Amino acid sequence: MYAQMVETGLKKVQTNEDMSADEQAFQARIDAGVKIEAKDWMPEAYRKTLVRQISQHAHSEIVGQLPEGNWVTRAPTLKRKSVLLAKIQDEAGHGLYLYSAAETLGVSRDELLAALHSGKAKYSSIFNYPTLSWADMGAIGWLVDGSAIINQIPLCRCSYGPYARAMIRVCKEESFHARQGYDIMMSLAKGTPEQKAMAQDALNRWWWPSLMMFGPSDAESVNSAQSSKWRIKLFSNDELRQRMVDQTVPQVEYLGLTVPDPDLKFNAETGHYEFGEIDWSEFHNVLKGNGPCNRERLRTRVKAWDDGEWFRDALVAHADKAAARKAAA
Amino acid sequence: MDAKIEYLLRQGDNALILSQQLSQLCGKGPALEEDMALTNVALDLLGQTRMWLTYAGELEGKERDEDQLAFHRDAIDYRNVLLVEQPNASYAETMMRQFLFDSWHYFLMQGLLQSSDPRIAEIAEKSFKEVTYHLRRSGDLVVRLGDGTDVSRARMQAALDDLWMYSGEVFIYDAIDNAMVEQGIAPKAEDLRAAFLDHVNDILLEATLVMPSPEAWMQRGGKQGRHSEHLGFILAEMQFLQRAYPGAEW
Amino acid sequence: MSKEWPLWEVFIRSQHGLAHKHVGSLHAPDAEMAINNARDVYTRRNEGVSIWVIRAADIVASSPSDKEALFEPANSKVYRHPTFFPMPEEVKNL
Repeated sequence: MYAQMVETGLKKVQTNEDMSADEQAFQARIDAGVKIEAKDWMPEAYRKTLVRQISQHAHSEIVGQLPEGNWVTRAPTLKRKSVLLAKIQDEAGHGLYLYSAAETLGVSRDELLAALHSGKAKYSSIFNYPTLSWADMGAIGWLVDGSAIINQIPLCRCSYGPYARAMIRVCKEESFHARQGYDIMMSLAKGTPEQKAMAQDALNRWWWPSLMMFGPSDAESVNSAQSSKWRIKLFSNDELRQRMVDQTVPQVEYLGLTVPDPDLKFNAETGHYEFGEIDWSEFHNVLKGNGPCNRERLRTRVKAWDDGEWFRDALVAHADKAAARKAAA
Repeated sequence: MDAKIEYLLRQGDNALILSQQLSQLCGKGPALEEDMALTNVALDLLGQTRMWLTYAGELEGKERDEDQLAFHRDAIDYRNVLLVEQPNASYAETMMRQFLFDSWHYFLMQGLLQSSDPRIAEIAEKSFKEVTYHLRRSGDLVVRLGDGTDVSRARMQAALDDLWMYSGEVFIYDAIDNAMVEQGIAPKAEDLRAAFLDHVNDILLEATLVMPSPEAWMQRGGKQGRHSEHLGFILAEMQFLQRAYPGAEW
Repeated sequence: MSKEWPLWEVFIRSQHGLAHKHVGSLHAPDAEMAINNARDVYTRRNEGVSIWVIRAADIVASSPSDKEALFEPANSKVYRHPTFFPMPEEVKNL
């Protein structure tokens, strides 16, 4: 869901008959819970799907720095500023761990960045929304990182070793993110009437996009089914979304706020919350580039990259010169 | 106002404004690794800010804590030097500003380790390791960018020529600084300046950059509350929420 | 086309006496910057005492297809493990 709707390139889920002997042996290893490592043989479709999934996830972390970076200079206390800076820094780090994992699959980080900057590669829809108030910092940490955790914990057990290990590292750091977000919400919810209104407004704006993060229902999706077979997707989009709603609604109630969903109701029989219809046209539009901040987010990243070219080139030039001097000495 | 309190505010404000400037660059650095390194420096400086301002507030005894001091003083009461409020502009200016600051800051912290005020010595001890790393990093980058490509050298030279006139304010001691020296609290200007010039000279040589004259006219006034036009905007952005919602807890 | 910074693999030892562990990779123009960057990327939570970096291109790895020849023989020599030899309870220090 930081990687949404990842294409496998396959039109149907591969059955034993469809697979070559190598592919069957590979599938057997996956089924046995054996981790696939970088130099192991793997079907090209598996490799390509992983590159897409991991790089989408990495791009999401990097672009994800921007909505929060927007408020770091306006953080209302020095402590909040420190915590937010640390969180943003973690996000850069997560991007790096994930690019590292993707690079084990034979693709370079510069290639991946070029795909992002050209608009070809996707990143999570959620980061195309604007951060309009300090309360958004709370809502993002709580709802967006909270959703990410739900997705990432199972991925710690995914079949691809480098990705699983990156996820373990990420998960260790992620729970601080969700907590700091909720901590901000708690301060606001028990603050002045304006602060409480700020918190409710942020919840109103971030609730539905957070639910959309998990992607549309994939019960019919060939891609999801194949990814599940390969154990690089461990739960369905609907399952993860339901988990998020079930765990978050009580948290909203504790804050004394209201979920912006008139159809939300607890079903005592199933033990789950039922919720209203999601506007999938909004989701698809955002993914297509029509979200409130798509162009801005991408332009910022492209500008940083382009403006930084002289810096990166200079460092290479210096390293080359130093190496040449050493060799000549 | 007590000289020591003023002195503490100067240190805290330097770290705060510089940290604030670096924070603007979150997610906008020239490489991911560089983004993280820069944020680290911003975080370190913010931590130092909090130590300085907290101590200043305690000594003042008017119940002003670090946030009261950071968010409720206008530019006229800010005590940072002009160097730290110069804009980020391009990465060349950002790195050169950092280098010029670190080259003084390092030797200051080193001197403050021997401060007769134990709390100041303690703050210096906590900060010294961080500042050592900052100096190593910024000096290293100045060398790499100076002795990199022709383009990078030109940019770094231009940045140096522009920022040089802000590098001397820290060594222009007034009555407050002199009081600190007399009380054994802070190191002497001449000592800091000599160490600074020595170090900067070495690095710039290696960076194939031309050091401007140490006798050049130095801009001043920040320590006394006479700032550049930049500070007003920096504070307006930083203080907005606390000013817009007075009395709110965050 | 600009030259890409080479890829470095990073190994961290978090306490004296423990072995260096592979933690991931990063890009840097040379070894010194790789170490500095590794410090900023991988040791923010006090995880570091020693950092090793090595160019990814310089790592020589055993081939997965050799796994059996290289590692299987050890599997059948279980007597190398102390648990293969249960000792009577009454006998201490063995």
